[in-house]
Amino acid sequence: MHGRPRNASKPEEEAASAAKAVQLRSLQSQFMTNHHDKIYTNEAIELSTKLLEINPEAYTAWNYRKLAVEDRLARIEPDPNLVSAILDEELRVVESALRQNFKSYGAWHHRKWVLSKGHSSVGNELRLLEKFQKLDSRNFHAWNYRRFVVELTNRSEQDELQYTDDMINNNFSNYSAWHNRSVLLSSLLAQNADGFMPNIKIPEEYDFVHSAIFTEPDDQSGWFYHLWLLDQTLNVETPLLTSSWPSHGSSIILSGAGCLSGSSSMFTTFCSESGSFPLILYFDQAVGGVSSSTVTIDSELKGNEGLVWEPIPNKNSQVSCVWVARLKYVSSDPCEYKVKIRVGNSPGIVSSRGYNFNAPYEFVFTAHVHDTVEDSQEGIVSWTDGFDIWDAKSKDLNSLVTLDRLNAEMDFKWRQEAIDSEVECFGILPDSKIGKLTLARLLMAREAMVSDDAVKGVHYEEILQLYNDLMALDSSHYQYYKDEHSKAFLHKVTSSSESLSRHLLRYRDMNNLVCLRLNNLSLSRIASVEKLLFVQMLDLSHNELHSTEGLEAMQLLSCLNLSHNRIRSFSALDSLRHVKQLKVLDVSHNHIGKHSVDTTRYLCSSPLSNSELGQDDVGKQNPGLVTKYWDAYCVLTDLNLKQLDIAGNEIAGEEFSSFVLQVVPKLVWLDGQKKLGN
Amino acid sequence: MIDIPPYPPLDPSNYDLIVVGTGVSESVLAAAASSSGSSVLHLDPNPFYGSHFASLSLPDLTSFLHSNSVSPPPSPSSPPLPPSNNHDFISVDLVNRSLYSSVEISSFESEILEEHSRRFNVDLAGPRVVFCADESINLMLKSGANNYVEFKSIDASFVGDSSGELRNVPDSRAAIFKDKSLTLLEKNQLMKFFKLVQSHLASSTEKDDSTTVKISEEDMESPFVDFLSKMRLPPKIKSIILYAIAMLDYDQDNTETCRHLLKTKEGIDRLALYITSMGRFSNALGALIYPIYGQGELPQAFCRRAAVKGCIYVLRMPITALLLDKETGGYKGVRLASGQEIFSQKLILDPCVTVGLESLSSLTDQQNETLSVLVPKSMINKEKIARGVCVIRGSVKANVSNALVVYPPKSLFPEQLTAIRVLQLGSGLAVCPADMHVLYLSTLCDNDDQGIKALLSAMSNLISLPVPENRQSDSVVENDTSETKPILLWRALYVQELVKGEFGGTISSMPSPDGNLNYNEIVESAVKLYEKLMGSEELFKEETSPAENTTEEENDGGVEIED
Repeated sequence: MHGRPRNASKPEEEAASAAKAVQLRSLQSQFMTNHHDKIYTNEAIELSTKLLEINPEAYTAWNYRKLAVEDRLARIEPDPNLVSAILDEELRVVESALRQNFKSYGAWHHRKWVLSKGHSSVGNELRLLEKFQKLDSRNFHAWNYRRFVVELTNRSEQDELQYTDDMINNNFSNYSAWHNRSVLLSSLLAQNADGFMPNIKIPEEYDFVHSAIFTEPDDQSGWFYHLWLLDQTLNVETPLLTSSWPSHGSSIILSGAGCLSGSSSMFTTFCSESGSFPLILYFDQAVGGVSSSTVTIDSELKGNEGLVWEPIPNKNSQVSCVWVARLKYVSSDPCEYKVKIRVGNSPGIVSSRGYNFNAPYEFVFTAHVHDTVEDSQEGIVSWTDGFDIWDAKSKDLNSLVTLDRLNAEMDFKWRQEAIDSEVECFGILPDSKIGKLTLARLLMAREAMVSDDAVKGVHYEEILQLYNDLMALDSSHYQYYKDEHSKAFLHKVTSSSESLSRHLLRYRDMNNLVCLRLNNLSLSRIASVEKLLFVQMLDLSHNELHSTEGLEAMQLLSCLNLSHNRIRSFSALDSLRHVKQLKVLDVSHNHIGKHSVDTTRYLCSSPLSNSELGQDDVGKQNPGLVTKYWDAYCVLTDLNLKQLDIAGNEIAGEEFSSFVLQVVPKLVWLDGQKKLGN
Repeated sequence: MIDIPPYPPLDPSNYDLIVVGTGVSESVLAAAASSSGSSVLHLDPNPFYGSHFASLSLPDLTSFLHSNSVSPPPSPSSPPLPPSNNHDFISVDLVNRSLYSSVEISSFESEILEEHSRRFNVDLAGPRVVFCADESINLMLKSGANNYVEFKSIDASFVGDSSGELRNVPDSRAAIFKDKSLTLLEKNQLMKFFKLVQSHLASSTEKDDSTTVKISEEDMESPFVDFLSKMRLPPKIKSIILYAIAMLDYDQDNTETCRHLLKTKEGIDRLALYITSMGRFSNALGALIYPIYGQGELPQAFCRRAAVKGCIYVLRMPITALLLDKETGGYKGVRLASGQEIFSQKLILDPCVTVGLESLSSLTDQQNETLSVLVPKSMINKEKIARGVCVIRGSVKANVSNALVVYPPKSLFPEQLTAIRVLQLGSGLAVCPADMHVLYLSTLCDNDDQGIKALLSAMSNLISLPVPENRQSDSVVENDTSETKPILLWRALYVQELVKGEFGGTISSMPSPDGNLNYNEIVESAVKLYEKLMGSEELFKEETSPAENTTEEENDGGVEIED
């Protein structure tokens, strides 16, 4: 069934197929007439049989037969013999149709339909399947049908697992068999069936698939199964809180808009015009049900009962990894407050896969509310001057250690051991691209599991080297490896306070904002955001970023430098719409507007799908420009930018500048120029 | 020979070719010659077909070995008959050379064996199997001999060592995958090597070889064992490839004792034979098959084919003398044991038939020239083959009936110079009663003691020997864990001489069974001899009508393999 070359047909074969087509057409038209007139006589049914035996793909004919069967069944006595005679005839037709085309969807479906009537013997079905599966052991129709029959016959899943054993032993390049194995094992493990404990079974399965992978590393089937196993090993089903801002034990300084005189550089200072600050919860998987009843707050800050929790980035979504609530404070009332947050005290937080958050977590932080001394300044933010070095004693980095709670998991040990032995195993598989990739993935997983600071981060150099090798070896998947390389790099940076502080600074002019500099690192994607929630100023310039995806969780971010990246449209900045604090954005020297057709533009809200668009003043005055720059319009209207740099993009120009000034009336600085008349 | 029943005189008494002996090569030749239209008389002194390739019952095997072993019966030294009644010829008496020595046959449960003695079909020249892609199979298909014989698969092959453990030979992708004894890295290396060989073979058959990897000419000429090292295969895998797949005999790592150092080129050919054998017949389990009722079926199948084409068969008919032309010294005919004189253009003889040195002295140079192929040569390196047959109760490996076991050189004891091959066959092949197995062992050796010692060592590794033998009990390693091993019921040990075939114009002598596992060299020598005898005429030419052939191929090449 596989690997057969296709030969051009000879003239006589073409003639034969033309003759067949003529015959088929006349059959087809007669059949359609019968179908239309609802004729279910024996002759009419015989005609459909003939049609299906030549062309099993005639779906209408299968449907017609279903109607015909129903019609006949309605007429006869409810004698089981008569009923099964009619149904057996259907099975016979299906069988001969399958002989004609083993991969006919219609035929297999018809068979299922007949079987579900419950009058036919299912014992024959497995025998028939054995015959078909001998001919083509990988055919997924047969495997699908097998699962159906197995369910009908109540054949045990253990027996079926043994069957996949046999099929795989026969030829391990049988993805269908591996797949069925994963389905069966998932079910057996979920039931905790006899002897099916993940800590025993999963390592056994690793051993089994290793043989396939090592015997023939170029064969994909084993690798897919390995990926599934890896997923089983790494995926802890119950959701966990990964990090929060403010983090446990930290102190923050809150104030109104403007600058504080002489604020301590020890703590994060947060200024807000609206008198509220974000409280961020970051989970390891998408969860729903985060609300004022599942997350309780115990604080002296008034007016924060019944907090509204919003999922980021999509307000309308039921689930997300990131949830944000805004706590109010009164800046004219300087004082020190303790805030205690309890997550998951009462049940209700549930992962998208239906698992309950069952590790209640409590954290406490101190908020110092300061009075604003000076008026807010409207000076330009520079990315080059005015930085102080980072004070390593800051407690903001507490957020880096929350993951360690994973270790509390009961069955963590076997997972760790499994990953360790996998790392050892793939370390010896030479010269295989997928082997290198797997090793890199395994090392990443291992790093994620390590809690001991002494050995934390020791694998990152190897991981980065593996991805570098892969980029050189396999250019067709370059971008994927590049992205993974960036992820690994950012994991490395955030793996310890020490490594992260090397990239941290404070920006003197704006209340000692925490600034993270990740420029010039050829990053192509953003990761480890959960550990960077406290960052207020982020320099990502001179990288290879295509989008700002992931930054939406950084709710404190007020200045972002994306200059000299590979942003191709404003749609790629869509996630910034959720960063309400953002005041300064530099997207100069990107590729915005360079590509007249940019498919990413159409993935986001478009003028056609968003009826609200253009209904404001700008839209009414300048509908042409809004249509032309709709994606810029979408992003910019949602932001409260004071400073924007757009120079060095194709889109930049007088027309666009004037459009921007209309869309963002509060803008003070555009491309380094102070807006006139303001 | 024993008493010869009176035979009616043969008619006609003149043939194109007389063949004496019904071994594999003699039978192939008889069939080939008959089908090309020659008149052939095929004689055998024994009452059965197959000569040294026969499959016999236990008593028949015993008496055959005894009567053909050293200390030849002082041949009916009736005073040389008066040179000839006919004055045109002189007759030269023939002497039977004995191929076997050190024959020792012991029975441990005589009653049981006697009860079943006729249900055994025990090979004289075991262990021997057929590779599915062997030339012998092609020849059977070509000649139509395949109609007379059915095969079954050898279920598994193993490599053994002194620990007594039998490990599967990972000879295919699925076998490598399933193997429990190879490490992951070894699986990887072995499969990679197989793929290299396959890709090399593909590139040599297809012209367009831009993408395929080829083994360099230089490597092809280097010793195979060096090439395997160069491919960085670990010793364990090298040994599997050399002795259990390429089926080599001599220790390739020991240049002093290795009589045949295989070149990579030859090694690749042997692997190619194995690989192509694996997939040739869809209903065969692996590379090896074996004829039901024993290997004696093979020569018999060719004989039947020959008979269909007009060849005349007479068994129990030794020849006693050759008839030479008095004038020219050329070959004329033979005298049968019945006394009748039969004439032919050419004569092909069983390896046992020789001329006594004393009778040569009285002959002319031309006459000596004619008979030269029949004069036993004294060889410098006299290679022999030690064979053993065991009837056992139980099996050497649970759940496996028909299996090949190879003990590579040095795997059993340090002085083991050559590989020992063991073939276990079960009642499914109709060679023994149910719940018993026949075990064939063989190894090449320089002398009888060396060979027998090696065989005994392999036996004690596989089966529990009832009592320490009266002979050489020191060589039998006592094993405490022998409880689970199969029990020995009957055993034959013998050493067979390896005699090469010789083409001598009108008179040719055929080779004895060789030390190989398959029939390739035997068949090859028969084909070569046929080409010499008949000029360049192709074997079984007329049988290759394409229509017939294709139907046979669809019918699994006539090699009916049943489960």
